[in-house]
Amino acid sequence: MELQPISGGWALIAMALKNLTIFTMVIIVVAYATLAERRVSAFIQDRRGPNRVGPFGLLQPIADGIKNILKEETLPATASRFFFVLAPILVLIPSLVTFAVIPIAAPLPTPVGVVDMIIADVPIGILYVLAFSSLAVYGVVLGGWASNNKYAFLGGLRASAQMVSYEVALGLSLIAVLMLTGNVTLTEMVWQQQQLGMWYAFPLSLAFILFVISAFAETNRLPFDMAEAESELVTGYHTEYSAMKFSAFMIGEFGHMVTASALMATIFLGGWDLPGTWDNAFWYQGQLIGGFAADGSVILAQPAVWKTLLTFMGFAGKTGFFLLLFIWIRWTLPRFRYDQVMALGWKVLLPTALAYIMLIGGSILVLDEIGVRWGFGYGLALTAISGVSTFAFVFFMDRGRTITGAAAQRSQKVEIKTIPQALAGADPAPAGD
Amino acid sequence: MVTILFYLFAGLAIGGAIGVVMAKSPVGSLLFMVTTLAAMAATFVLLEAHFLAAIQIIVYAGAIMVLFLFVIMLLNLGHDYQRDLKGGAFAVLSFAIVGAISGLLAQRLGAAGSSDITAGGVAIDAAIAEHGAIGAIAQPLYTTYVVPFEITGILLLVAIVGALVLAKKEV
Repeated sequence: MELQPISGGWALIAMALKNLTIFTMVIIVVAYATLAERRVSAFIQDRRGPNRVGPFGLLQPIADGIKNILKEETLPATASRFFFVLAPILVLIPSLVTFAVIPIAAPLPTPVGVVDMIIADVPIGILYVLAFSSLAVYGVVLGGWASNNKYAFLGGLRASAQMVSYEVALGLSLIAVLMLTGNVTLTEMVWQQQQLGMWYAFPLSLAFILFVISAFAETNRLPFDMAEAESELVTGYHTEYSAMKFSAFMIGEFGHMVTASALMATIFLGGWDLPGTWDNAFWYQGQLIGGFAADGSVILAQPAVWKTLLTFMGFAGKTGFFLLLFIWIRWTLPRFRYDQVMALGWKVLLPTALAYIMLIGGSILVLDEIGVRWGFGYGLALTAISGVSTFAFVFFMDRGRTITGAAAQRSQKVEIKTIPQALAGADPAPAGD
Repeated sequence: MVTILFYLFAGLAIGGAIGVVMAKSPVGSLLFMVTTLAAMAATFVLLEAHFLAAIQIIVYAGAIMVLFLFVIMLLNLGHDYQRDLKGGAFAVLSFAIVGAISGLLAQRLGAAGSSDITAGGVAIDAAIAEHGAIGAIAQPLYTTYVVPFEITGILLLVAIVGALVLAKKEV
């Protein structure tokens, strides 16, 4: 049976269904991410967390939602009303629409054609994500400014300075990925990782680390949540917001987290790809192919419903892992100082990313020149190069505190001050003098 | 469909542009400007120039306009009770200039006909099919036009260094 992409009226129906399910799913994941954050933080701090509403507190997000809708919306007297209302909307929308270009599973075969499990496979792929995440800064800075409150204003300024700065490192760390993939669409990134036989987290390990750090800063999460540093700025740019408008900021932040997690899973952990070649699928010259034979001819893919379901679970698992990492790090690491955040972005991540681009670009050039075939060996060569550079990066960043820390402590002669026996035994000064 | 979308976004772009000059507060002007830039990006998408659209958003809306916003907010320009923007003679003059430019443009387009515009789209389609959305830009940029491209880069670098020198000057 010749596999054709879905077309005509069925394509419209499929598109509507995909839009509906994927965005509903994102919203539900966001709701449960708020619960997960509270439960995980409770677990880390040896508390119970919200467990009253429903079994294990599973209905807590619904209770929160109802509470936020019913609460009173306050509008500060000196705030500029229009921008004050606009700001949460501007935070919410970019964080949700970015999900449209992320492929979530292997193509689904239906009797009327093959449905790609992605809302919009736009030719600019990752640039679409960068464009919308760069727009998210407006909501934050406007919210801070429109509140007409010094804390909120400072929070907004900090957040936007941080987001603009880390966007640079984020974009530059992606260039290594783009060079290796040869294109910018996320579907092709997944496909090239399948062809390479390994996920980009290995051959591009340093880019992975840089991207994860930048993503934390982009989403304003701890250890980089300068925008809402409670001890300094009350809660930063959303200090004056209440009820559903506050909730919109929260949904925006968690939506950003979910999207960033899905993005990291797609770019560096193969997206919906699972180990093995059984699930590979890509549209190549009008055919859905599963790979290339040794002589260069194409092998057709065998899409199946169970493959789609299984790959979707793989994607959900990887995204969930990053979500958990976001929460885990929040409750483990202390907050950076503001100047440290900026210094890390401009003086460490930016030069490292630039140097890494040169290194990976050179390596790809050399590998192509000496005729290494695109595949597992190619990946291994890059893994070795990246591994060395990652180790060097981590070693210099660490400045001998963690890696050599344990060894250094053992060699250190720690003087244990014991109380001399004579003193300890002696009667203390008589009480009741 | 494309025509409807084009008129929608063209209207948005023009409306935003009018808003820039008519808005009461500078922040409002700036947001209208962002609207115009976004609508322009959308029209780029309709012309199949996806990469240009993305760059338009990333560079102009996402970076340069944010810096403008910083300046406006830090200087705390713009109050509802007073107009910061000058009116009167400036408005008449600017409308006259814009009218002259658009008249010239309309005349040129009328002479050339609409075939030139659609022909460009076909050529872009072919280039995208061959090199991908980014390759279609990169191929001429780094081969045919590499010298002007590099010179522009140096110009920007000079401007940045100049700005730094001015900013660091002891007052």
